[in-house]
Amino acid sequence: MAKHHVSATVNGDPIEFLCETGQTLLEVLRDVLNLTGTKEGCGTGDCGACSIMLDGRLVNSCLVLAVEAQGKAIETIEGMAVGQELHLLQRKFLEHAALQCGICTPGMLIAAKSLLERNPDPTESEVRYGLAGNLCRCTGYHKIVDAVLDAAREMREGH
Amino acid sequence: MSSLKYEDRALKIVGTRPLRPDGVDRVTGRARYGADYNLPGQLIGKVLRSPHAHARIKSIDTSLAAALPGVKAIVTRDDFADMPDDFAAAGEMMINYRDVTRNMMAREKVLYDGHPLAAVAAVSDAIACQALKLIRVDYEILPHVIDVVAAMRPDAPLLNEELYTEGVKPRPTRPSNIAKRFAFVRGDVDAGFAQAEVIVEREFNTKPVHQGYIEPQACLASYAEDGQVELWTSTQGHFVIRSQCAKVLQMDVSKLRVTPTEIGGGFGGKNNIYNEPLAIILSKKTHRPVKMVMTREEVFRATGPTSGGNVKVKLGATRDGRITAAVAELNFQAGAFPGSPVGSASMCAFTRYDLENVAVVGNDVVVNRPKVAAYRAPGAPIAAFGVESAIDEMAKKLGMDPIELRLMNAAKEGTQTYYGPKLGKIGYVETLQAARAHPHYSAPLGPNQGRGVATGFWFNVGGETTCALNVNEDGTVALLLGTLEVSGGSYASLAMIVAEELGIALERVRPHSGDTSSLGYNFVTAGSRSVFASGMACVVAARAAIDELRNRVAKIREVPLEAVQWKDGQAQPAAGSAQQFAAMTLAEIAALASKTGGPIAGHAEINAQGAGPGFGAHIVDVEVDRETGAVKVLRYTAVQDVGRAIHPAYVEGQMQGGAAQGIGWALNEEYVYGADGILQNPGFLDYRMPVASDLPRIDTVIVEVPNPRHPYGVRGCGEVPIIAPMAAIANAVSAAIGVRLCEQPLSPPRVLQAIVAAAKG
Repeated sequence: MAKHHVSATVNGDPIEFLCETGQTLLEVLRDVLNLTGTKEGCGTGDCGACSIMLDGRLVNSCLVLAVEAQGKAIETIEGMAVGQELHLLQRKFLEHAALQCGICTPGMLIAAKSLLERNPDPTESEVRYGLAGNLCRCTGYHKIVDAVLDAAREMREGH
Repeated sequence: MSSLKYEDRALKIVGTRPLRPDGVDRVTGRARYGADYNLPGQLIGKVLRSPHAHARIKSIDTSLAAALPGVKAIVTRDDFADMPDDFAAAGEMMINYRDVTRNMMAREKVLYDGHPLAAVAAVSDAIACQALKLIRVDYEILPHVIDVVAAMRPDAPLLNEELYTEGVKPRPTRPSNIAKRFAFVRGDVDAGFAQAEVIVEREFNTKPVHQGYIEPQACLASYAEDGQVELWTSTQGHFVIRSQCAKVLQMDVSKLRVTPTEIGGGFGGKNNIYNEPLAIILSKKTHRPVKMVMTREEVFRATGPTSGGNVKVKLGATRDGRITAAVAELNFQAGAFPGSPVGSASMCAFTRYDLENVAVVGNDVVVNRPKVAAYRAPGAPIAAFGVESAIDEMAKKLGMDPIELRLMNAAKEGTQTYYGPKLGKIGYVETLQAARAHPHYSAPLGPNQGRGVATGFWFNVGGETTCALNVNEDGTVALLLGTLEVSGGSYASLAMIVAEELGIALERVRPHSGDTSSLGYNFVTAGSRSVFASGMACVVAARAAIDELRNRVAKIREVPLEAVQWKDGQAQPAAGSAQQFAAMTLAEIAALASKTGGPIAGHAEINAQGAGPGFGAHIVDVEVDRETGAVKVLRYTAVQDVGRAIHPAYVEGQMQGGAAQGIGWALNEEYVYGADGILQNPGFLDYRMPVASDLPRIDTVIVEVPNPRHPYGVRGCGEVPIIAPMAAIANAVSAAIGVRLCEQPLSPPRVLQAIVAAAKG
């Protein structure tokens, strides 16, 4: 069967790609568009390592078919820093030592960014539930939660 | 052999919390992990795995699969040489190449659900998967055994008809699933129990749990026509992967160059070969690079979990709290091939206590499950679950505070272990005292809440380690390391040690790993050895570089070498020396290097000795829902002697991460097998690792009793924090519901059952 032609934007840039009907958006991001910052930990939507934003909504890209991206805005970890300027969350993750191996970090950062967009003033418990779709095996989450709370505080103070 | 003594001195960089040098790549998605590597023209390799727990392979027919368009090569057992018994150290555990070659590709039999049988290389993942379905295997199904106690019975189905229990005299006349028996004895336990006034005796069971790294195993191999091989793989030990691949593929080590990718978690589980030799041979057959990435299901079915264990503990004590005798029997599942961590577990079991009379027996037992791999402090948590639960029960029986009981019997410097050495300077007492003094320990508890305490011991290890420190032409430093950044922060710590030694800013030191051709052999990055052993290597290399820098300055300034000292990043006139000259910075010396003898470097090739044991004490509060049996962890405090924390934030991270893994082990995680011997939960949905909302904050207290045999006092920190949680949580749940729970995980059905049984009396 012929491949599907899909037009979308990735991190603001227009892109086009061809995909099979059954191909996931994660596969296309990694294998076709060479955006390997988005990670695959399970392929079943359980670990959150492949978290991206699709039209402003947090999704597991392993559970989205690539054809569903037609006409949509995709945001990935590669678009989080602006030029030389790291996103505040990226900076806070570094300052708080909130990453160890780092394989969950791209997905965790995307999920945290989405959380703070929806809830700029979360409690610790809201951060924990907001990130409950993202597995981290290294940190025990303690420093990740601290980094997100600190970033939220600084964002609210308008830095 | 190399060892350097601890130097107590004022430090500028060590002990601070700078940003890690390799951090930015990890928050921007730039860091490249195993599956992120690709080569032009690469093929995709996939593995056919056994759907049976135990079966004889009568035949494998690959002809239909080979005929599928897009399939380029298929390998089976016929493509690999058989190997005799041949033991080698890998990670914290021994491997036997006879078994390694059978685990990567089944030969006579399949021994577990998920055991590899064949591998296909094709032009796409989809075609490779389609080809797997066309491979016809004729099996003779055999009876299987999953449970460790059942596997030890004389009538159990045998996994290996040639396996006779080692460590038993006289040599058994019948084969057995018990591969090896370890026995450690000190004193006279019968006499010890005769002196005892209070006895505690219990039997405990744990389930196998997976290391749970979020990055599945991934590798990429390229075999050139002249037999030179390049391999990229996600591993804790590229040198060990090289030696294992070279051995099973019967090739020269020099022909194989292994480049470690960034590693997305390992925890002991990435010290062994799985797909690597298959990818190499598929590449050899196809003349194209072959990439192989495991699915999560494959990771669960076929890569190492750690053992499930059956642990029997008996303690005797006098009424005033002196332990007079301690006995343990540890029966560990090794998986399909011998080599569980029961040896190290046996040694760790009671090594927190100063005991006159001890007897520990460990049995290494094969069962029809995937071969276990190391997992953080291999085996020690399972032993500690039993022993620290029994200690807790003893404290209750004696009416003593459980930390007080531990302090009364605590191991200290000079304590004779039952497995061999006398303990050197250790910080167990200091750790217990810090736990007792922590506000958590005396905070009030509410209804249905309980507090538990437990402690852990790990040897920490040294081993073969190399590094190279090159002074660049501008005076910055390229630091090439042989241990890998597996632990989150070890490269930061090692760069800090080098910056401290050289007296330069941390930003001027850039740590990197290289491939296996760039340095001499390194043992795996495991056992809490990286900052200890590589830290020692970095000191050796830095001091060698400093000697050379002083030489150059002596030459430039025309003064004797003794007149030049290295201080604050400069070559200066030595204190008290009559020879005065203008000091030179590292940058100034580097700029003149070409005129004074060429490039300046230091390097180290050591076998690091003098590892200092680490001890931890964990305090946990839980609340039990009496209607559902659900256990909520309310508060957690981890206290640990790390010797010296080079980068305290990443040491805390190790303590928090280890505690979280231990909490998962205690409460949720387990391999679930059906009666058919098939794994029923090979995915993160049903194998439930802790998520952020499952856990509380994990407070940490770093105790620093410097290791006298390390220049910076380092002991190591990664293993210890996973040892105490299982017992600490079990003790807390027991305190909350008044029933001692001896089966883990303490999942809701199991806890509810205990509550209901207790209510019925």
